[in-house]
Amino acid sequence: MMRSLIYKISLCLALFVSTLPAVKAQETHESAEHGEFNVGDMIMHHIKDEHGWELAHGLTVPLPVILYTQDRGLEVFSSSHIMHDEVYNGYKEHEGDIHRVTATGEIDESVKVWDFSITKNVASLLLSAIILLAVFFSVRNGYEKNKGRAPKGIQSFLEPIILFVRDEIAKPNIGPKYERYLPYLLTLFFFILINNLLGLLPGGANLTGNIAVTLVLAVISFLITNFSGNKHYWAHIIKPTGVPIALLPIMIPVEIVGVFMKPFSLMVRLFANITAGHIIILSLLGLIFIARNLGGTGTGLAVSPLVTVFALFMNGIELLVAFLQAFIFTLLTSMYIGSAVEEHHEADHGIGYEGTDPHH
Amino acid sequence: MDLLTPDIGLLFWQVVIFLGIFLILRAFAWKPITASLKEREDNIQSALDLAEKTRAEMAALKADNEKLLAQARIERDTILRGAKETADKMVADARDKAAAEGQRMLELARESMQNERQALVAQMKKEVVMLSLDIAEKVLRKELSDKASQEQLVKELVTNSRLN
Repeated sequence: MMRSLIYKISLCLALFVSTLPAVKAQETHESAEHGEFNVGDMIMHHIKDEHGWELAHGLTVPLPVILYTQDRGLEVFSSSHIMHDEVYNGYKEHEGDIHRVTATGEIDESVKVWDFSITKNVASLLLSAIILLAVFFSVRNGYEKNKGRAPKGIQSFLEPIILFVRDEIAKPNIGPKYERYLPYLLTLFFFILINNLLGLLPGGANLTGNIAVTLVLAVISFLITNFSGNKHYWAHIIKPTGVPIALLPIMIPVEIVGVFMKPFSLMVRLFANITAGHIIILSLLGLIFIARNLGGTGTGLAVSPLVTVFALFMNGIELLVAFLQAFIFTLLTSMYIGSAVEEHHEADHGIGYEGTDPHH
Repeated sequence: MDLLTPDIGLLFWQVVIFLGIFLILRAFAWKPITASLKEREDNIQSALDLAEKTRAEMAALKADNEKLLAQARIERDTILRGAKETADKMVADARDKAAAEGQRMLELARESMQNERQALVAQMKKEVVMLSLDIAEKVLRKELSDKASQEQLVKELVTNSRLN
């Protein structure tokens, strides 16, 4: 009895998944007409930034909107004024962006609006900064209080992670000069980790899945790598070791592209991993509402236990990804720094620093 | 606010806030934390080194002690042997000396006994002569008291003289 029910539900689910594009097309059509549920819009709404923080449907925390325009200068007002496509102070929100409107209510494209608002992502960023500062100041105090003694509380929880970053990421990849870069690597690791985890909370912002955030992190890693590059690093770009002269016209552009490709891959990897994880979970949850739209509330309720199991499983995976992506971003950054500060350039292109054979 | 185009506002805040927490954490959290971690590790390392050194010292001390003990044992044996030899020698010497003394005293006793006996014999000889003379005198006095016996004696003496 139970088994046949599970079979039926699985069949239903498989059917839904296979007909998803068709459903979506229909949904879009429907939602345009009746304002019904649209899974694509729902997902994009959740993974994108917004003015005001929608914790749950209908419960939005207003946040400050900060605008700069050439003619009016700096303007600050609450996001609650422009929440429902209202015109406030000559501004209107259209598809997430704030535009100047003319007296007739038309969008005035001639005025460039610089938007420095405290959006949902910026608010989440501030929250993560406060959490990071609070946590690590408490850890620091722990070291001062328990000087020369065993760690306690949050200090003993985070110490293995700090040691992991130092001993497994920084030391083996950067080599003897690791201490200079350790503060950046630790900040990077914990910043990405805490924001990944905050993004997994219900109502949380998709901060590390935002290209602006990963862009800044990647650019900082890029600058640190290239500003600490020694003569071996630059010589390797101008003349890669062990490459025949005839191949140099190909290899030098490849090396130069590689310099920029490394941070680019960092940026895209973190952005895509976190965003993809959010999309998968949101799609799974969206299945419930698609089912409801297709077969009524009963079908929606019938599908929901199975979807919950899948979503729970995906959340577990996302928890792992949160740690994994923080680890990978930090690891790759330290590898790039390692390849830039290495004294004797190894033929392995900085894939692994062993430090065992300096005469290689 | 498209998905793939970075938003200027978020870029700005991300740069400001990330660099802010980086600088604050570097100055007030990472440096003290890594310094105390390093200090603790150094402490543990030095404690381990000290333990290792102490163990080596203990081993060396034990070896020294054993050497000393062995030496002391050898010395004791030597002293005991020496003492025994001395004692034996002393006993032997004493025995020899006692024997010699006894011999000497025996000799002395024998000598004095010899002297005494000789003196005694001489005394006795003297006494016997005196006694014999007394007896002879008495006998002669008695014999010569009457005439007949005197004549007899004379006659006898004459006869004996003829024979000679």
